[in-house]
Amino acid sequence: FQDQAEQFFRSGHTNNWAVLVCTSRFWFNYRHVANTLSVYRSVKRLGIPDSHIVLMLADDMACNPRNPKPATVFSHKNMELNVYGDDVEVDYRSYEVTVENFLRVLTGRIPPSTPRSKRLLSDDRSNILIYMTGHGGNGFLKFQDSEEITNVELADAFEQMWQKRRYNELLFIIDTCQGASMYERFYSPNIMALASSQVGEDSLSHQPDLGIGVHLMDRYTFYVLEFLEEIHPASQTNMNDLFQVCPKSLCVSTPGHRTDLFRRDPQNVLITDFFGSVRKVEITTETISLDRDVAGFESKFPEEELATEPLKYAEQLPVAQIIHQKPKQKDWHPPGGFILGLWALIIMVFFKTYGIKHMKHVF
Amino acid sequence: RASVTSRYEMLYRSTTAQEEAALAAATAREADAALHPLQDATLGSLTMYVVSETSSLLPQGINVYVGKHRSALVRAVGSLAALQARLREVTQVMSFTASSIAAALSDRVPDGQLSPDARRYLKSSLGYEITFSLLNPDPKSHTVDWDIEGAVNRYVKPVLDKLSLVANFSVDSQILYYAVLGVTPRYDKESSSFLLSAHSLPHVINPVEARLGSSAASLYPVLNFLLYVPERSHSPLYIQDKDGAPVSTNAFHSPRWGGIMVYNVEAPASPQASLPLHVDVDMAQVMEVFLAQLRLLFGLSREEVPPKFLLDSPGNEGLADWELDHLLWAHTVENVATVSTTLTSLAQLLDKIGNIVIKDDVASEVYRAVASVQSAVAKLSLGHLQSAFQASKEAVTSSERAFFDPSLLHLLYFPDDQKFAIYIPLFLPMAVPILLSLAKIVRETRQRKKEPTKMD
Repeated sequence: FQDQAEQFFRSGHTNNWAVLVCTSRFWFNYRHVANTLSVYRSVKRLGIPDSHIVLMLADDMACNPRNPKPATVFSHKNMELNVYGDDVEVDYRSYEVTVENFLRVLTGRIPPSTPRSKRLLSDDRSNILIYMTGHGGNGFLKFQDSEEITNVELADAFEQMWQKRRYNELLFIIDTCQGASMYERFYSPNIMALASSQVGEDSLSHQPDLGIGVHLMDRYTFYVLEFLEEIHPASQTNMNDLFQVCPKSLCVSTPGHRTDLFRRDPQNVLITDFFGSVRKVEITTETISLDRDVAGFESKFPEEELATEPLKYAEQLPVAQIIHQKPKQKDWHPPGGFILGLWALIIMVFFKTYGIKHMKHVF
Repeated sequence: RASVTSRYEMLYRSTTAQEEAALAAATAREADAALHPLQDATLGSLTMYVVSETSSLLPQGINVYVGKHRSALVRAVGSLAALQARLREVTQVMSFTASSIAAALSDRVPDGQLSPDARRYLKSSLGYEITFSLLNPDPKSHTVDWDIEGAVNRYVKPVLDKLSLVANFSVDSQILYYAVLGVTPRYDKESSSFLLSAHSLPHVINPVEARLGSSAASLYPVLNFLLYVPERSHSPLYIQDKDGAPVSTNAFHSPRWGGIMVYNVEAPASPQASLPLHVDVDMAQVMEVFLAQLRLLFGLSREEVPPKFLLDSPGNEGLADWELDHLLWAHTVENVATVSTTLTSLAQLLDKIGNIVIKDDVASEVYRAVASVQSAVAKLSLGHLQSAFQASKEAVTSSERAFFDPSLLHLLYFPDDQKFAIYIPLFLPMAVPILLSLAKIVRETRQRKKEPTKMD
């Protein structure tokens, strides 16, 4: 019992956050959304509330016209488990899942109009779980087919988080091809990373469902989820067991992990330190004594009666700031006419040099 | 590498006639009350009166009496050196110690060595949101009425008023029906009651937390105080501590989160009483526990008091003036440390990205933060606690605003070599035939110019 109590206090965190990102869209990437939603369900089951989960999904599976079972996302073949359910709270959906928004969530540099549910309000005693899935390559991760995030940018974002003490410990799990390349560049302390495949290897998907017509899950996440199904809020399973999940025989790729930046020994790190939300609790033994006969209270600092103005919309655009600020330096793009002029020049020089007689071969 | 040193400045004088008259009171508390208007009660200062060894002002066996303002009565026992040591001890209890300052800085240690036992009370913030929730899992059996507005006005507002110097507080309340705890209590035959053991308490909070909610507009940390009225089938419900004894307050709290209290409803006199039973919650009893939990969450505990000390109860104000000072010392030091690491990290970021654009308002916030923190440090060294705290609060506001400005996202600024790396592969292959053709044209024109002269 004493041992349990000691281990309880060893991690030093008081709250848990989770940032779950699915970086793919389109119907054939069904498995990435199912991956993320399955991790979301496990994390909620183990106790982290929605207010502490930032879920970024393209969310175009459940209501996709190609989905034979609308409003569902399955993670097991034979449609055993609908991970979409009734109470999924997606914070960033569809085109809001961009590299910029992801980095803004991590570093906290968010415009003031962002609602509380879209923010990562962690402090220096928060343990954060970051799960990313999608298509990746050596050193980058593709976001929605239009942009990518490099491992250097990710490492810099984590460093910004560390500088501002926005986390106590961070667990980074990535399930993409060549996932290990994404954690190669981390340099901030207290980060533990897991990836589904090494550099040069592809992560493979698990099983297609003939009824739905796509692959439902990726192998690594599938076996991680089987592992998590056995975890309950009071379990004492540690991280070394998570490292053993999905050996090469089952996963075909070689999962990797990185613990050199982490302060504690993985043997002492409980799974529930990151996936669940087990609070540290103290019995209240002190009370104060109140005088019960006191009447209503006169504040020493009376609130001034503000003249009530008619209500109006809050300013979304800080007009005064915009008027007085210097023009923002925009990225340089070559002007459109430039390309046309360039091609005209090329064609002119070509025909001047080689003679007009070649024109009939071109046109 | 920054460091913090602390010192106490002690001035000695003899008592005035008025103070002598006040000290002639019967009990220590009356003396303290009489002395209060005669003191210089600025924040951060303490007044200690040394009374004779045989004085009857202090009860038998007590050597130090700490009042609820900023004064203490010390019995002169033993030699002068012993008296000085005791005076020093009193000062440490009533203001700060080197270790309490170091604890306030523990999460700002730059080399990343966070110890797990580092300070777990609330971090210094500009505001806090307090939510009182009544959980009624069995509305069929109990109709619970709680006069929360009255209780907040009578008991909570005095405490928050005293703490208003530290931060802004906002209070809300809610009632949740059919909200059950995550743990099934055990039935104990001997006491014919239900028991929640200490090691099941951490799992109680999670199922409820999802339903608690918080104000969507405020970004301040939320403190939740839950009052749970157990179901009729699980009444009465007691919390057991680690040794198996029932807890007198029937409450527990979680650092940086809030507290939960179990309120047992008396069984009805006749078993045939009609359901639902009407329950009127005794708000004073509840608030005594909640306000004690609020103190503990802020780190104001009275448990580690040296022996032979008597601390006066602060009454309805919730905390003594010197406890407020204690809080302000820790928060000021923490604020100054936060500002310095924020500004250092901001400077490093701006150095790393050469072409980042710094807007005028970001620049002005940084200047303001630097000026405020310099003033805070200067005032701290002189012991002017109130102005030092205000300056440190301004510094934190400005530095946070500058650091978290949305325009400083490093992603938005490409280094020049990245721009070349993008455009060279596009233009270089295009440019090769042009350059070669241009060279050919130049050669031909030169040849043509030469030929007419040759012909001649």
